Amino acid sequence: MVKYASISETRCAGSNPGRMERYSLLSLVRHARRYHENWQRAWRDPAPKKAYDIVIVGGGGHGLATAYYLAKVHGVTDVAVVEKGWLGGGNTGRNTTIVRSNYLRDESSHLYEFSLKLWEGLSQELNFNVMFSPRGVLYLGHNLHDMREIERRVNANRLNGIDAELLSTADVQKLVPLMSCSPNARYPVLGASLQRRGGIARHDAVAWGFARAADAQGVDILQRTEVTGVRCDNGAVAGVETSRGFIGARKVACVTAGNSGVLAAMAGLKLPIESRPLQALVSEPLKPCLDVVVQSSGVHCYVSQADKGDLVIGAGTDSYNGYGQRGSFSVIEHTLQAICELFPAFSRVRMNRHWGGIVDICPDACPIIGETPVRGLYFNCGWGTGGFKATPGSGYVFAETLAYERPHPLAAPFSLDRFATGALVDEHGAAGVAH
Amino acid sequence: MFRIRCPYCRELRSEEEFSYAGEAHIPRPEDPSSLSDAEWGEYLHTRTNPRGPHREMWVHTAGCRRYFNVLRDTLSYEILAVYLVGEMPPEREEAR
Amino acid sequence: MSEDVRRLAAGGRIDRDQALDFVFDGRALRGFAGDTLASALLANGVDVVGRSFKYGRPRGIVGHGAEEPNAIVEVGTGASCVPNLRATQVELYDGLEARSTGSSVFQRAVGAFGRLLPAGFYYKTFMSSPRAWMAWERLLRHAAGFGRAPDAADPDTYDRMNHHCDVLVVGAGPAGLSAALEAAGWGARVLLADEQSEFGGSLLAETRTLGGDGAAAWLDATLAELDASANVELLPRSTVSGYYDHNFLTIVERRSDHLGPVAVAGTRERLHRVRAEQVVLATGAIERPLVFANNDLPGVMLASSVSTYVNRYAVAPGKSLLLFTTNDHGYRTALDWHRIGREVVAIVDARENPAGGWVAAAKDSGIEVIARHAITEAVGRSRVSGAAIAPLQRNALVGASRRLACDLVACSGGWNPTLHLGSQTGVKPRWSKSAAAFLPGDLGEGTLCAGAVAGTPTLRGCLEQGALAGATAASRAGFGSGRTTRAAPEVDEPSEAPTGSLFLVPHPKRVSRAPRQFVDFQLDVTAADIELAAREGYESVEHVKRYTALGFGTDQGKLGNVNGVAILADVLGKDIAEVGTTMYRPSYTPATFGAIAARDVGGFFDAERHTPMHDWHTDHGAEWEDVGRWKRPWYYPQSGETMQQAVNRECLAARDGVAIVDASTLGKIDIQGADAAEFLDRVYTTGFRKLGIGRCRYGLMLHEDGTIFDDGVTARLAESRYLMHTTTGNAEVVFAWLERWHQTEWPDLKVYFTSVTDHWATAALVGPKSRTVLAKVCTDIDLSGEAFPFMVVREGRVAGVPARVFRISFSGELSFEVNVPAQHGRSVWDALIDAGAEFDIMPYGTETMHVLRAEKGFIIVGQDTDGSMTPADMGMDWAVRRNKPFGFLGDRSLDLADHVREDRPQLVGLASGDGKTVLPEGGQLVDDPERPPPVPFAGHVTSSYYSARLSRPIALGMVKGGAKRMGETVYCPLADGRVLKASIVDSVFYDPKEERQRV
Repeated sequence: MVKYASISETRCAGSNPGRMERYSLLSLVRHARRYHENWQRAWRDPAPKKAYDIVIVGGGGHGLATAYYLAKVHGVTDVAVVEKGWLGGGNTGRNTTIVRSNYLRDESSHLYEFSLKLWEGLSQELNFNVMFSPRGVLYLGHNLHDMREIERRVNANRLNGIDAELLSTADVQKLVPLMSCSPNARYPVLGASLQRRGGIARHDAVAWGFARAADAQGVDILQRTEVTGVRCDNGAVAGVETSRGFIGARKVACVTAGNSGVLAAMAGLKLPIESRPLQALVSEPLKPCLDVVVQSSGVHCYVSQADKGDLVIGAGTDSYNGYGQRGSFSVIEHTLQAICELFPAFSRVRMNRHWGGIVDICPDACPIIGETPVRGLYFNCGWGTGGFKATPGSGYVFAETLAYERPHPLAAPFSLDRFATGALVDEHGAAGVAH
Repeated sequence: MFRIRCPYCRELRSEEEFSYAGEAHIPRPEDPSSLSDAEWGEYLHTRTNPRGPHREMWVHTAGCRRYFNVLRDTLSYEILAVYLVGEMPPEREEAR
Repeated sequence: MSEDVRRLAAGGRIDRDQALDFVFDGRALRGFAGDTLASALLANGVDVVGRSFKYGRPRGIVGHGAEEPNAIVEVGTGASCVPNLRATQVELYDGLEARSTGSSVFQRAVGAFGRLLPAGFYYKTFMSSPRAWMAWERLLRHAAGFGRAPDAADPDTYDRMNHHCDVLVVGAGPAGLSAALEAAGWGARVLLADEQSEFGGSLLAETRTLGGDGAAAWLDATLAELDASANVELLPRSTVSGYYDHNFLTIVERRSDHLGPVAVAGTRERLHRVRAEQVVLATGAIERPLVFANNDLPGVMLASSVSTYVNRYAVAPGKSLLLFTTNDHGYRTALDWHRIGREVVAIVDARENPAGGWVAAAKDSGIEVIARHAITEAVGRSRVSGAAIAPLQRNALVGASRRLACDLVACSGGWNPTLHLGSQTGVKPRWSKSAAAFLPGDLGEGTLCAGAVAGTPTLRGCLEQGALAGATAASRAGFGSGRTTRAAPEVDEPSEAPTGSLFLVPHPKRVSRAPRQFVDFQLDVTAADIELAAREGYESVEHVKRYTALGFGTDQGKLGNVNGVAILADVLGKDIAEVGTTMYRPSYTPATFGAIAARDVGGFFDAERHTPMHDWHTDHGAEWEDVGRWKRPWYYPQSGETMQQAVNRECLAARDGVAIVDASTLGKIDIQGADAAEFLDRVYTTGFRKLGIGRCRYGLMLHEDGTIFDDGVTARLAESRYLMHTTTGNAEVVFAWLERWHQTEWPDLKVYFTSVTDHWATAALVGPKSRTVLAKVCTDIDLSGEAFPFMVVREGRVAGVPARVFRISFSGELSFEVNVPAQHGRSVWDALIDAGAEFDIMPYGTETMHVLRAEKGFIIVGQDTDGSMTPADMGMDWAVRRNKPFGFLGDRSLDLADHVREDRPQLVGLASGDGKTVLPEGGQLVDDPERPPPVPFAGHVTSSYYSARLSRPIALGMVKGGAKRMGETVYCPLADGRVLKASIVDSVFYDPKEERQRV
């Protein structure tokens, strides 16, 4: 086979920590004049050091955010993020990108609201456009029970300082002209809650933005480095075995959604978690036809329109455990039945692609953040189907938890020991039953 | 979209006829009151959740409505064994 | 372009007797039956079919099938509009209306600033403030997207069909047809699906002979044989879109789109859900374009597509052809072009020393072959008018370029096997250096690949391999020996030399400075973009895909992905194999939402459950409440009444006279067996062992974590027979719960469950006069308080029908719940209504039912509880017996540290502070209304009504530590700024001594 002319001569060796070139329209113009030949690497590709103060396992949004805030807020820079594949290759790059904070319980709503506030300035904070688009998140009610729960949640949100509005059917129709709001529908739309500050963001950009900013603070990002074991001495963590050798660490922080159980098993632990496929799909790109995020648990669908024009649709979680990043086709069928029922005009739109991610589900649908029985080993996991929206907040509180070896106040209710005391933070929403 | 051979109906049927019923071989403690909160919490919530062969319960919801055990690979979705409640998975499968 | 030189005078598979008129972008045009929209557009000289996504560049048709990236059109209008169809896959019909997509004025303007828009430019700007992005986003959203969504409900319907077959053959080209013939010959049930309107695949444009006859003759004979086989089902216009675990595949069949915008009869599309014992993938291959400067100009096409348009559609998409190839196969296009008498400017072959049979044939025809050269740049404005070629050695430029004039450039960079389906199950393709292509990975025992998808280059090879695959698949499915039974037809084909490996053609300028070299046409991704991504550290192929959008389009990178991977590998100095491909995901080509939803929309979306008395409720003007799947009367407004007036009237009738409610929806489970009592003791908080026969008892059902999940009254009908009532919404869940514990944990208990919910119709007579009314239609039960006390069940006849009558009460009034076999439900209901007429019997719905029970402080699981409450939280310790021998499910959890806290939310009554305002259900309660958010949670209102009997509002709620806060005040701030006051009171508002239900 013949080899053709190389185009690699302009490849740069890498940037220096602390010298992050700022992105702006001006920098684009400047680089355009040089044919974009001199852009820095967004992050270095360093060789692993023998040991770090903290090794973060998992280069998704949560792990990278943890590294960033450790360095930025707490000055802890002797940190490595270890990723077995590529940054953002897990659920960060597979979710439906919905960001909101309108949770029911105080514990969750404080955490997600904290996160939402970080989202609101995240592009500026990271100097990387994560395209956070607060276009509003609608949550539909289809029966009296739904409406009661929606009202409860709206009131709870407002008292927690979270924006929330109760909309009538007519208000909903105005916001979403293509939605069927007929009173004769099988599950008519009786109203909705709206969080205007909620919206969507560009998922990959979140991982990349945090990676670039963390790298600039001196964090080592180690891709293609798979953790194969967790080494413990006398009940304390000593480091991780990886595909690139042993890396020592005073603290190991596992942020590996979809693999938390596997990581825990390496340290001899079992978690109250089951890992399941969660599926999603996108349509072909369309001209703007849906300006808010629509969620309905009554007819089981979640849909928004990405900036590129695709309808991004969340499907259900499969009922069984699975690590295959694919699920049952029947879940896709049910989801599209719901979409066609709610948006009869979308029936002729076509599905371009569907895929699955693996979500770690806790019994109370809330995360686990904090220490474990193994000293120095921390977990941040169990975000279930809703982890993306928490990315910056999760990283922030986990970083503080790691830095000071005590839970950040917002993380405290989500400790592992709640499964013994019974202090669950039930976010399943009300059981859908009535007389 | 796997298929499971129901040990009672003795037919290979599509996954959609069945419902998953959680990890198998987690017996209810004989005397719950003798357990500490932590031990009871472990029974309630802690799961093996392996990446690979998993012993789990299924019920043939749209068929005979009987519960049975399945050894299923959670990565390849291969069904390695089907066996009855009260039994352990076949030895050779266990060795995998 | 001179007039009508595009359509050849003869040849092709079009029907020249059947002219079809159509409209494209407002222009009236004409084609023939057998045309695709693409072939008809080319025949009409339409070169520009759209503008590119990012730079607004003119784009023409490149391919002839699923790979087409540019000709993305909207077909139909309004509700019947289908956005984003590929013109190459749209069959022409008379009156077809189509529009190009993605050609906004904005995009053309933006094109001028193209240099400011490298890959990922949007990550680097538009972020001066959070608001700035929202403004930019509006602009970008309007520029992005292709077609428009339909603006009204889909007029068409869809359906689905399930198949179990022995062998599914995907693709009806030479390999697939051969496979189907062999498998069918052995007696296997064969399903053969192909995405095109006609079976034949590449044979439809084949000019060679098979077994001495024309390809068309072999095809006709083969199809006739398959058609006549009883064990073969043929599915044309059917795209196999998804390949899932355990050989489950989905096929989307287009049944009417070739006839008109809307199906005239039947369904528009059908989803076939196939479970195949064996799958033969004979999906062929798609030609790989070459990446050179300005390679997106209209008039630059795939070589195989040019041949297809000439041979199959009798369309010559230009006058003078310049062929650029890295393989022998491409030469055939020049020969086709030569055969129809058009000018072949030259064949530019990148290889050192082209020498195969086709090369010789071209030279024999007098066509100039320029070896060791490459097209470095196409030239032209809205169509190619020439190309710069330059000498090439070891894929590097080694001399000056010169320009050749032409109006059509055909490219062949080799072939990419269509391995998408096989890879969807997670099996990664492998790179083959010798084939210069990715080939399917090891697909396991259930799947075979045959033909071009397996990298087989020759037609004869495809025919043979297909036959062998068919025989093997049949044998694995239990039919035959696995040997082929017939010889493949002889094909006259010369030997071919190996394909050269050329992906990005070098340009005199470096990649970043050369005119754009497009890799992904649809999303305007260039070689420079890939290089930039790698330079910035986006080195994983997935990062490159996500950073540049390579392969993210509706064509899913069928043309561009492999070139992109090769270019990335070169930039990184890695092997192509090491870089690998991105994940392949269903659908192979986009699949209509409606087809996947099939019939389960509208009236079939979810079943409605109706009680036997449903029609009566309808006739009497009931408003409805959805409860689970059931339709329940909510209230019965009389003329001019508001809901509140109706509910007041219904409530007062129940308290003062007599009223009737349809309670048929409550779950009912018949439980029998020697150990029925023991079983009930284990699943309920209360005890059932000592319950007398004919008596009823209330129970709470808990999850193992101690939270309430159901409640209801269970009656002992006989020594070892009980009837359990569940809540309406939980009937199925509770039934499954009982079965689960019995089968998995306590199989030794002798107990049997039967769900009898819909066996019975239930009418509850409620009110002081209910006894009198019932006595009129029930004479064989002594209804007196002494003979038939509260919490007792009796059997007898009501209105002549055998009935079970329960003296239980969810209203706190004297009440008889009359259960009769469902088929008698309506007649008994009618009889009760007649009997009650003289007492003004009032039917009531769920709302009144809720008010009555709230007056009594009875909870509703799911409304007053939310999945986190224990019996103690609800003040229901009276319903919990902790001293049973076995205990009960959830027992242990009641003692958990968090469950015995005294400040847990507890059920209380709430009295409205002003005595007038009904507190809102879902209202949050706080202790200090002056405090700014976040305000600590003190509780919330779970149930709240106006009580007509008490002439004031009443409410139930959960308040932290509420049980010990009687008389204290809490506040309920509302969204409109008002703050309501409420005082904490006992949760029983009416008849606390429970005298009324016991009379």
